Amino acid sequence: MMQPGNAPLKSPRPRKSVLTPACALALSLGLLVSSLPAAAQSTVAEGQRLAFDRGKGNCLTCHDIKGGTLPGTIGPALIDIKTKYPDRNELVAILVDATKRNPLTVMPPFGRNRLLTDKEINAIVDFLQTL
Amino acid sequence: MRSAIRFASIGLALAALAFAGAPAAAADTVDPVADAKAFKKFFTDKFPKVKLEDFVNGPYSMDEDLYRQWQEKEQFPPYEFSLELGKEMFAKPFKNGKSYEDCFPNKGIGIRQNYPYFDEKEGKVVTLELALNRCREANGEPPFSYVRDEMAALTAYMAFTSRGKPFDIKIPNDPRALAAYENGKEYFYTRRGQLNFSCATCHVQSPGERIRAEVLAPALGILNAMPIYRSEWSGMGTTSRRFTTCNSQIRGVPFNPQDDEYRNVEYYLSYVSNGLPISGPGARP
Ligand code: HEC
Ligand code: HEC
Repeated sequence: MMQPGNAPLKSPRPRKSVLTPACALALSLGLLVSSLPAAAQSTVAEGQRLAFDRGKGNCLTCHDIKGGTLPGTIGPALIDIKTKYPDRNELVAILVDATKRNPLTVMPPFGRNRLLTDKEINAIVDFLQTL
Repeated sequence: MRSAIRFASIGLALAALAFAGAPAAAADTVDPVADAKAFKKFFTDKFPKVKLEDFVNGPYSMDEDLYRQWQEKEQFPPYEFSLELGKEMFAKPFKNGKSYEDCFPNKGIGIRQNYPYFDEKEGKVVTLELALNRCREANGEPPFSYVRDEMAALTAYMAFTSRGKPFDIKIPNDPRALAAYENGKEYFYTRRGQLNFSCATCHVQSPGERIRAEVLAPALGILNAMPIYRSEWSGMGTTSRRFTTCNSQIRGVPFNPQDDEYRNVEYYLSYVSNGLPISGPGARP
């Protein structure tokens, strides 16, 4: 089965016919993560690790993030992300290539330039959604 | 690909340096005088409280607490040892009896503000570090490493004897000089490497911001304090060392010190800081 957090970047809309209504509802509301607490925990932890790792996301270079030390100030503090970006696809898009939103941004295009894999981006997004 | 990069770099230059007022037709002609004016205006508009001559203090000009720390540090400057060594080295004759003073105008004293210059015979930019090594080689001495202590000591001494003199970089009426300037400028604004950074991403778009614990220096006056003592390096760093370090930090491929690209970018950055005083050697956190 599909692991939460490992969804392909452009996840096809789930075909309702093969899913129970409850499951389809969970998916479309983005509740899959919270419906599987144990597995979700591990991708959240992995996402945090990747976000803080200097050789991976190194997001703290520019962003203040809860739980991190020595944050930079180039980007906004990452708080209330879940409220600000209820749709995880928006976060995925920002991580894949932030220059699409803002051609002059200093944020590196993590997906486009293969700094992070799709799987890693998804784990980081799981983590961001806890902020 | 190439045109996409150009587009991005020009877009950045336009956005960052507000060339908007320039007539469209002039957009493609190289106008260093107008560049330097727009460049200064960009930084003085962005930091209205910082005095023009204070930009040479790099990160310290951006933050009042840091500025105070810096003034305390200047009581016992950590570059003192390097300055002493440089003075000694500069005075000591080569094996052939000549010395550095024979290679430079005014015996090498008080001339830092004129480097880099465009050498019309060679058709290229000559930096102070390069001129020092050429002086050594012309006198039968092996060149120094561009990134190590000896070069830092010599340039520290030469900067010290030039303190307070305004940068006075000339672009002679030679199309190759203008091209070197333009190439340096293009290098400075072109994003590259996996992280998609240009020099301007950090030093034009984000000066005063913290990148982890480091406060980014503004590009205006960024070379006036070179060479610098950095606590993080527990030692001195030349301009070559700083350029190559910045380049490898962004996972870009650094060139070799004194490759044409770096000579040109030093020419561009020094020219647009014309009028700001030499303050080297400097000390940094
Ligand atoms: C070199 C700087 C830099 C790095 C590294 C960086 N960002 Fe950003 N980020 C920014 C800037 C600047 C913005 C502001 C928006 C813009 O410039 O487009 C931003 C915006 C964002 C936003 C939108 C925030 C909001 O409040 O709208 C998110 C989410 C984000 N970044 C996540 C990340 C994550 C996760 C990482 C690491 C994998 C990361 N960033 C690494 C500079 C950076
Ligand atoms: C990812 C950010 C980043 C990029 C891109 C970058 N630098 Fe830097 N640079 C720094 C940091 C951090 C420092 C140390 C703090 C400071 O002094 O600004 C620094 C310092 C410097 C200094 C010394 C300034 C001083 O007063 O201490 C020079 C000169 C410099 N950089 C030139 C360049 C050039 C030229 C390029 C492009 C080849 C470049 N930088 C690209 C981050 C960057």
